[in-house]
Amino acid sequence: MAILTYAEAGKQALAEEMRRDPLVWAVGEDLGRGGVFGQYKGMVEEFGPLRISDAPISEAAILGAAVGAAMTGTRPVVEMRFADFALCAVDELINQAAKARYMFGGQTKVPLVVREPMGMWRSSAAQHSQSLEGWYTHIPGLVVVCPSTPADNKGLLKTAIRSDDPVVYFEHKNIWGLEGEVPDADVAIPFGIARTARPGRDLTIVTWSATVHAATAAAEALAGDGIEAEVIDLRTLWPWDRAAVFASVERTGRLLVAHEAVQVGGFGAEVAATVDEHCFGALKAPVRRLGAPRVPIAYAPPLEDLLRVTPATIAEAARAIVSF
Amino acid sequence: MPATSAPRNLDVDRLLSHHRLMWRIRAFEEAALRANAEKLVLGAIHPSIGQEAIAVGVCSNLNRDDILSSTHRGHGHTLAKGADAGAMMRELLGREGGTSHGKGGSMHIADFEVGMLGANGVVAANIHITAGAAHAIKLRGEDRVACSIFGDGAINRGPFLEGLNWASVFALPALFVCEDNGFASTTRTAAMTGGPGPAARAEAIGVPAVEVDGNDVMAVDEAARQAVAAIRAGGGPRFIVARTYRLTGHTAADAAPYRPKEEVEAAWRREPIARLAQLLADSGVRGAVLAAHEREAREEMDAVYADAKAAPWPPLSRGFEDVQDAGDPRERAF
Repeated sequence: MAILTYAEAGKQALAEEMRRDPLVWAVGEDLGRGGVFGQYKGMVEEFGPLRISDAPISEAAILGAAVGAAMTGTRPVVEMRFADFALCAVDELINQAAKARYMFGGQTKVPLVVREPMGMWRSSAAQHSQSLEGWYTHIPGLVVVCPSTPADNKGLLKTAIRSDDPVVYFEHKNIWGLEGEVPDADVAIPFGIARTARPGRDLTIVTWSATVHAATAAAEALAGDGIEAEVIDLRTLWPWDRAAVFASVERTGRLLVAHEAVQVGGFGAEVAATVDEHCFGALKAPVRRLGAPRVPIAYAPPLEDLLRVTPATIAEAARAIVSF
Repeated sequence: MPATSAPRNLDVDRLLSHHRLMWRIRAFEEAALRANAEKLVLGAIHPSIGQEAIAVGVCSNLNRDDILSSTHRGHGHTLAKGADAGAMMRELLGREGGTSHGKGGSMHIADFEVGMLGANGVVAANIHITAGAAHAIKLRGEDRVACSIFGDGAINRGPFLEGLNWASVFALPALFVCEDNGFASTTRTAAMTGGPGPAARAEAIGVPAVEVDGNDVMAVDEAARQAVAAIRAGGGPRFIVARTYRLTGHTAADAAPYRPKEEVEAAWRREPIARLAQLLADSGVRGAVLAAHEREAREEMDAVYADAKAAPWPPLSRGFEDVQDAGDPRERAF
């Protein structure tokens, strides 16, 4: 075990996979200088500019070229810089990467990873702060990954690179510097297996990405009131670990889904509806979602904070469910 | 103008091969139009009748392991790259045994066995895909070329800029071919295009460009030969603008009332197959040989159509295959 940051863990995963497989390469803007968040720092020195490739500010070309390169036998890892900028490459991801395998009758697969730094960090406003992971779960063909810890960022990125599916890989910008123990060994974490971030008997909180940390902080506060919340980190939204969520809700009888993304049409709605369909008999209270208001993200800190899902708002929602 | 006397260095065998292949493409599309009229083609088809010389002239300079990507108007390119006509026709009819098992239709025909990375339903999308295939070729140090054929409508979408710039800055082994048939869907491209045109745009970002008469298969063949040779020599990407005319409407359902009858009749007098036949006849090829190409092509495609009509629908299990490995819908149908 080593203590690494979330960013360093991602870099270690990519470097290990590039050493293991010469067909893995990375491409994106400013990678030669280490990436805009330093998550590729030092990599061009080891792997050279062909495999850690700078790119023009042409998101559609970055992703579209990756599709062509993936269909012809390589494994590109695409850096989109901000999840918001990946919207410049929606055709390439949705109409091409996600569809090629099916519409060409299985003649090809598209093994690529699209890294999309997501979420609010500090005063980055409406075009550099979004959490759009729910959108991609709607698209057949895509895998959607949202790691919350350094260990998961290493293990899930390794699995993403080895996957033959196009994987949309959301790293949260606010936890680049989060430190944690990361296995030195070659540990690839399978998709679709949730992690119990904190066990509890009274209430299940399902969450992912940076909101996992808000939820565990909320759970600590709730424990002071005698409420033991179980926090389940989904890790991957497609596929998602329905069995783990069902098992937890069967025990606790209560569910809160918390995410940073806008609540309306968010993936929390999918989790809530699925639990309602499968676990209705076990529920002691209505399922509840907690997400952002349907408002673009603001710049000024007090306005930005209005939109955040925090330990306090999670704890408040949890108390309301338990006292139903 | 049609050539009236044969150049001295005419490669008759090569041109006969081109003539045969152009007829196979023409006959395939005529059979497809028949299938469409008989309501056996369920989705849209976009015929390339009149544009066969570009498919044949370009693809005859590509090897089997070279890459090709195409557009919604891709039957000719796909046949010229060597795809199986029978599987293509089954795909048009949505039948088992189609190139995509009936899951794609005309706009998603692909044959990865012959390096054909697919027709594409999104205008210009194949430009990026070809740039990426060329990138993979360069990464692996292979001696291959990736080619993208797209229409004149594509030059007004972003991928034309982004993809050609990409190939230029990375000096990729990519050949871009604009099949300029004058129409972007049902609108004249000239009315929607600023500046001096596609060749100037490509040159401006460092991709050498040539313009050829796309109805002259010899001219296309020669332009492609030179471009591919330059690319294989490490010279980076090349661009060919081939001028032609779309003799049918945008789709089989489009009667194209937006253009005068005289214009279309004049274009028929310049169509590439008859023009090549004239050239070959002038150089001493017997009419019976040329007529046999047409007859054999029609017989082949009649048989292909009959086979496709008799083929079954795909089994329903196909509907859930080939979506994805992780979260495969066959594991749990949500």
